[in-house]
Amino acid sequence: MELALSVILVLMILGALFAIHAKDLLSAVISCSIVGYGLVICFLLLKAPDLAIVQIVVETITLVIMVAVVLDSTRQEPFTRPDPQGWVNIAAAIIIVVVLFFFLKVASGSLDHFGRGTLRMAQHYIEGAAAKTGSANLVTGVIFDFRGYDTLGEATVLVTAVLGTLAILRIKGKK
Amino acid sequence: MIVYLLCFVLFLTGLYGVITRRNLVKIVISLSIMEFSLFLFLALIGYVEGGTVPIVDPADTGAVYVDPLPQAMVLTAIVIGLATTAMLMAVIIRVYRKYKTMDIREIKNLRG
Repeated sequence: MELALSVILVLMILGALFAIHAKDLLSAVISCSIVGYGLVICFLLLKAPDLAIVQIVVETITLVIMVAVVLDSTRQEPFTRPDPQGWVNIAAAIIIVVVLFFFLKVASGSLDHFGRGTLRMAQHYIEGAAAKTGSANLVTGVIFDFRGYDTLGEATVLVTAVLGTLAILRIKGKK
Repeated sequence: MIVYLLCFVLFLTGLYGVITRRNLVKIVISLSIMEFSLFLFLALIGYVEGGTVPIVDPADTGAVYVDPLPQAMVLTAIVIGLATTAMLMAVIIRVYRKYKTMDIREIKNLRG
């Protein structure tokens, strides 16, 4: 179990590295989907079929949007001039990585070992959830019943994003 | 523990891309890679060894389920991630039509 997850995660990291370093933007976008679809397999292994279904749909839509944008603009990544400030970025990246590893070391003490976690809060949700919510699927019960207002907020965020996208795409820019 | 570490390395890969890349599309790709690693981390926390899918079976009373609460949270986060990606892509299209380039350095220089 842990081995299978590790193999898929290594593949995802390789896909991410290729996506970041690819010369062609179209191949970068497509290899970003390696990460997304690898995540689907991880969700299936982690016994989360709802997440896997949603992730497949979302990843496909994201891929379509990104390919549309890349084909509408330019595929080549122009690297005509070397970046004079490139070393500043790399130094900043290294510093941030070191700081984040320190925080990981601090936080890993309070983390349960993989697969040995206990259901602290979820036990109350699981007990009698099917009778309370009328839904056999506990995730559906949590989303649409216990945390219904949260889902309403999510719908609001989606509507705001759609309105914002329409507003951005429809305005006439100054020439 | 190795799974958490690899998940963290995936996050760092996305962070490295956000900091060092100059192309706007690649920055968005790196952002979504960071998002994916976060989703995976939350799903990893909720996993219980030997647990089954959190769908209640009335006939099976002694079943052990994986934690449904992180899954519910990730489900919300995935959809919001799609919304942010679509919005960023709309902004990128506008920027490209105005400046004819996707390089953030050149865009900064053009504005003076």
